[in-house]
Amino acid sequence: MYKILKKEVLSPTLKLFEIDAPKVAKKCQAGQFIILRIDEKGERIPLTIADFNREKGTITLIFAEVGKTTKQLGQMEAGDALLDFVGPLGRPSEIEKYGRVVCIGAGVGIAPVFPITRALKEAGNEVIGIAGARNKELLFWTDEFKAQCDEFHICTDDGSAGEKGFVSDVLKKIIEEKGKVDYVISIGPIPAMKVCAELTKPYGIKTFVSLNSIMVDGTGMCGACRVTVGDETKFACVDGPEFDGHLVDFNEQMRRAQIFKDEEQRALAAGSCGGGGCGCH
Amino acid sequence: MSLNNSPKKNEMPCQDPKVRAKNFDEVALGYTEEQAIDEANRCLGCKKEPCREGCPVQVPIPQFIAKIKESDFAGAIATIKDKNALPAVCGRVCPQEAQCEKYCVRGKKGEPVGIGRLERFVADWERAQGVKPVECAPPTGKKVAVVGSGPAGLTVAADCAQAGHEVTIFEALHVPGGVLMYGIPEFRLPKAIVQAEIENLKKIGVKVEVDSVIGAIDTVDELLENEGFDAVFIGTGAGLPYFLGIPGENLNGVYSANEFLTRTNLMKAYLFPEYDTPIKVGKKVAVLGGGNVAMDCARTALRLGAEEVHIVYRRSMEELPARIEEVHHAEEEGVIFDILTNPTEIIGNDDNWVTGMTCLKYELGEPDESGRRKPVAIEGSDFHMPIDTVVVAIGQGPNPLVPRTTKGLETNRKGNIVASEETGATSKPRVYAGGDVVTGAATVIKAMGAGRVAATNICELLKK
Ligand SMILES: Cc1cc2nc3c(=O)[nH]c(=O)nc-3n(C[C@H](O)[C@H](O)[C@H](O)COP(=O)(O)OP(=O)(O)OC[C@H]3O[C@@H](n4cnc5c(N)ncnc54)[C@H](O)[C@@H]3O)c2cc1C
Ligand SMILES: Cc1cc2nc3c(=O)[nH]c(=O)nc-3n(C[C@H](O)[C@H](O)[C@H](O)COP(=O)(O)OP(=O)(O)OC[C@H]3O[C@@H](n4cnc5c(N)ncnc54)[C@H](O)[C@@H]3O)c2cc1C
Ligand code: SF4
Ligand code: SF4
Ligand code: FES
Repeated sequence: MYKILKKEVLSPTLKLFEIDAPKVAKKCQAGQFIILRIDEKGERIPLTIADFNREKGTITLIFAEVGKTTKQLGQMEAGDALLDFVGPLGRPSEIEKYGRVVCIGAGVGIAPVFPITRALKEAGNEVIGIAGARNKELLFWTDEFKAQCDEFHICTDDGSAGEKGFVSDVLKKIIEEKGKVDYVISIGPIPAMKVCAELTKPYGIKTFVSLNSIMVDGTGMCGACRVTVGDETKFACVDGPEFDGHLVDFNEQMRRAQIFKDEEQRALAAGSCGGGGCGCH
Repeated sequence: MSLNNSPKKNEMPCQDPKVRAKNFDEVALGYTEEQAIDEANRCLGCKKEPCREGCPVQVPIPQFIAKIKESDFAGAIATIKDKNALPAVCGRVCPQEAQCEKYCVRGKKGEPVGIGRLERFVADWERAQGVKPVECAPPTGKKVAVVGSGPAGLTVAADCAQAGHEVTIFEALHVPGGVLMYGIPEFRLPKAIVQAEIENLKKIGVKVEVDSVIGAIDTVDELLENEGFDAVFIGTGAGLPYFLGIPGENLNGVYSANEFLTRTNLMKAYLFPEYDTPIKVGKKVAVLGGGNVAMDCARTALRLGAEEVHIVYRRSMEELPARIEEVHHAEEEGVIFDILTNPTEIIGNDDNWVTGMTCLKYELGEPDESGRRKPVAIEGSDFHMPIDTVVVAIGQGPNPLVPRTTKGLETNRKGNIVASEETGATSKPRVYAGGDVVTGAATVIKAMGAGRVAATNICELLKK
């Protein structure tokens, strides 16, 4: 069992957990993820490693409550334990000295981009950070994120915090102002990543995105996480989750995310958790 | 106790096909004591033991059957277990027609002795009595790591623990058992049987660390250098699903066999929404392939509610590599066999969902390298097959994670780990390998056989 040592409510639907998982903490690197299962009947769901502490042996997760499992997870408290916790999975981010880099976290994407930003900074890059969300409520970790950056921008769709607009608007301005950007990493909802990748393509700026494909095992065994990159089929769990944003077939990813839409609704509605006992609906 | 001259095996009692096609309970119900003894009485007790030669682990077949004839079931199971640690599994899933029973003398005029069914009978009898843990040698103080908990890994763990070594199994998934748990369906191999075997291992001190992906947490090198293991056995299987590489394979509604079966078996999607993992099966399902994996997918699809399930296979019925019994069961349950047929494209709608396949018809040409007649496409035979779910079951390769993260571990062109057939030794000192990761997708009993060979040699090494 993997104990939840700390819980923070970042917003009503956004929670942070610190999990006791020393073996994973010892090995993990920026860009990797874990798969967890709450209990015997639970689904295996992937979550990015938002932070880690090798000395304490802890992993920090940040998740948005979007469906049955994440809502059930959101009901858990410090002291509770998860049945399964596997990782670190996926390839680590390619951390190099690129020069001037832009790190974009949109929505929950702020969590996974945080350790990557830190690593890029440590590697000697000039780091520009962009944190974006629909509104102020959904922003988190802006101070932590900012502390890793030489320059930092906040934007919201409704203008309730920072600049009004999308992360891609800010990215565009930065590229135009600075003239030269060497590397972009963009993590967030598929449309946000897609727009960022389309934006940088004409400039030839190397742009990476992190994909949230549907997964089961996370070890390359099932192929549920298939994604078309260039002319090839890749498995996001072992070949990714980060891919060259200029080669990813985002439309396919968007449609593949819908595969179990009906079932997800049913799981929420039926309340397989016993219909209210856990309060997830 | 007179010889039973019947040319036919005692029939295996089974659930009615119409009923069982809608449930996940075991299909074959097993012999009664009377049936088992009657079947045992068909055995001639041949001195030359031809049947035994056909068994990859050389189970002393005439001897164990002789004990059944005398109603000495305890003696029978002890005789089998000397060579085969998982008889309840092998009795159910071995392709007997290609192994032990293929060489049975009774098979020349009529059906062979039902060796697998008898093996299953005594193993089930023993489990019902409560299995006593085996005696282990006194602790040697040596530590063995087993990577992967399929039949190969479980065999190594059992043998090494019996020899007094401290054994830890590392398994990537949250349940040990490998394909026996995530691949082969409940209706063919009840999961409780596999878990009972694993409980027995735990009773003799084997540690099982689930959720442990070797290469991700510890590498093989780290197990040897930092974690104090004296030897490592790699039994990671052939878990990497192959696809055909035709257009449309990433459409919604196309599964690899592994995903389809893992969702259903390991994650219990057939009990959704009581269990959280979903699976979606349409009305008309096509399963591509003709092996055991394909049969399992087709029969699973029926049980998940598909109205029509097709096996789409390039060669003819004679070439189907699946166990004969499973092909029969699939036919009885209503699976349709579209043989000499192969898709060239999977077609989808605007929302990315599968709507059909373009297929070509084939005829059999000259024999190829495998000795089977080569399927040749018939020009202009392409036709449209309306379908809404496709399961690709054309084979699996080895997962590259362990080889990629292990220094000095030789692999072949296909990515299989190179290991000696005689010893299980790899190119790396103190590292052994066996099972599907070495041979490519094969059988349970072959994986166990390789595990036994490796365990014997690991024990030799640790004596030094
Ligand atoms: C590598 C990776 C890292 C991720 N990191 C984070 C993170 O740090 N924070 C976060 O909030 N979310 C993250 N996600 C997404 C998260 O896994 C899903 O939100 C979660 O699985 C939804 O489960 P649910 O039962 O609550 O919702 P559901 O109602 O089951 O699904 C809601 C949506 O989540 C997606 N989803 C469903 N099942 C899975 C699955 N098994 N695997 C992946 N996606 C699925 C589907 O697209 C679906 O539309 C990550 C996904 C991946 C693949
Ligand atoms: C659907 C299906 C039906 C089959 N039907 C039959 C049948 O009827 N009869 C028959 O004889 N054979 C059958 N087979 C084949 C048989 O199951 C395999 O040959 C056999 O299981 C191979 O055993 P193994 O020990 O080599 O590996 P596996 O059983 O594949 O086990 C390997 C284990 O290693 C784990 N693993 C992989 N990588 C790592 C890692 N990095 N770290 C830790 N653990 C890891 C995997 O999760 C898995 O649990 C079938 C196979 C399938 C898929
Ligand atoms: S282990 Fe398999 S091949 Fe050997 S005797 Fe038993 S059923 Fe036959
Ligand atoms: S070959 Fe057949 S009849 Fe002869 S000993 Fe073996 S099982 Fe019995
Ligand atoms: S999640 Fe199964 S292969 Fe990627």
